[in-house]
Amino acid sequence: MTALLEVENLRVSYGKIEAVKGISFTVNQGEVTTLIGTNGAGKTTTLRTLSGLLRPTAGKISFDGQPLNTVPAHKIVSLGLAHSPEGRHIFPRMTIEENLLLGAFLRKDQAGITADVERAYGLFPILGERRKQAAGTLSGGEQQMLAMGRALMSQPKLLMLDEPSMGLSPLMMQKIMATIVELKASGTTILLVEQNAQAALSLSDQGYVMQTGQIVLTGTGADLLNDESVRKSYLGED
Amino acid sequence: MHDLPQQLANGLILGALYGLVAIGYTMVYGIVQLINFAHGEIFMVGGFGALTAYLALPGGTTLWLAVPLMLIAGILVSTLVAVGAERFAYRPLRSAPRLAPLITAIGLSIVLQQLVFSFYPDAKKARVFPKIPGDPFELASVTIQRSDIFLIIAAPICMLILGWFVARTRSGRAMQATSQDPDTAKLMGIDTDRVIVMAFAIGAAFAAVAAVAYGLRTGQVDFRMGFILGLKAFTAAVLGGIGNIYGAMLGGLALGLAEGLATAYIQHIPGMHLFGGGAWKDVWAFVLLIVVLLVRPQGLLGERVADRA
Repeated sequence: MTALLEVENLRVSYGKIEAVKGISFTVNQGEVTTLIGTNGAGKTTTLRTLSGLLRPTAGKISFDGQPLNTVPAHKIVSLGLAHSPEGRHIFPRMTIEENLLLGAFLRKDQAGITADVERAYGLFPILGERRKQAAGTLSGGEQQMLAMGRALMSQPKLLMLDEPSMGLSPLMMQKIMATIVELKASGTTILLVEQNAQAALSLSDQGYVMQTGQIVLTGTGADLLNDESVRKSYLGED
Repeated sequence: MHDLPQQLANGLILGALYGLVAIGYTMVYGIVQLINFAHGEIFMVGGFGALTAYLALPGGTTLWLAVPLMLIAGILVSTLVAVGAERFAYRPLRSAPRLAPLITAIGLSIVLQQLVFSFYPDAKKARVFPKIPGDPFELASVTIQRSDIFLIIAAPICMLILGWFVARTRSGRAMQATSQDPDTAKLMGIDTDRVIVMAFAIGAAFAAVAAVAYGLRTGQVDFRMGFILGLKAFTAAVLGGIGNIYGAMLGGLALGLAEGLATAYIQHIPGMHLFGGGAWKDVWAFVLLIVVLLVRPQGLLGERVADRA
């Protein structure tokens, strides 16, 4: 397995408060890697640092053989790293189609962009039906689909999904999880952050458990699903 | 009220002037949530830039040639000052508390006024600006001054170009995205710093167009001309719904109309000292602002903040 993303001893602070306290992990090419952990464990902070919205205070990020530490956020997507942020953050006053096209903002291949918009509609037919509708009028699940579709529009080498199931109905959540499996099958490498540990781990190759800014446990998805402490803390069993 | 058409025309022309300046407040606010209180002075330096170009031209140059050159000079000066202000005054304060850039803007406004006052030749009093000579036009019962023709042509052209730019160009879409969600715009690969500079530059260019119109209209520019006009344009931006470019133009027109009509028809009331008429010209804009803030704080075209699911 070749590592697409390597994070070494990463530290991130908000002012005096350190949110990520020296974590190391790897995302392998073609795999789904998951960070699980409770609220405030530092998962979102980690993703926001990887995509350049936050700056690390220490540590190394290497993506596709290139250091990311000092690359500005708006240049990171062109290296092949796309980020679907927590809370979806679609552009509410733009249409679905405009949102998707913004995902391809840096691409110049008009024909390829059109094909990928159609691909997104194939993946999420509801988006195709409502392509001219303002994105702010969509339901939470539909917005999540749009956020994922938009992130895919940059043709990323690595897709980072932050809490894609947050606030969704069980049915919608299944749909999102099924899409992740589908994307993996088509060769997309995914870094997933989830509070829904059961669903996330069962489709992950590799998992990391974060707690108060540190990684406390590592293993394959199946290993972690069977780990007693994980079952107790994150799967609600006693 | 037999002169109503005339008063409407006066109000609309004045309103177009307010609208052009209001664009600058609304664009900057839409992108960085900063009320750029120095924008009135960005307008003012544009007027002096245009005047400088006029004075540099050989005497007897036709206005057909002079006005475009003055316009270019004004736009250049306003844009340079605005972009410089963004780069050196506002950008270092981007993550500071809101109050810091706001106070900086007020400070910058005083600095710019005093720089022109102190260093521009003879700017301690108003400087004469060329007017477009000739008799006014008569259209039905409405009289239009020749100097106002510039504004009547320039304002709609500016608005059409801006509307096209924002809706149809790549940079325009980057601007919309940045105003709706700056962090996510960065994730799309948008250089939001560039977008911010662009917002300042466009606002400044519009202010310079307005400054040339103002100079032609009043026949003078002076270092204080941005103060009241800036406040009124800001009022127009709030009235239209701050952050919305069409709102800014609409707010400008509404404000111009309100001011024109109120000045014309709310006359001195006998026995009430100092009420109404021309003396109250500047009062109506702010009365309107207070009413809007009470009744419809989001402005005419503004949206309530709860559009995020």
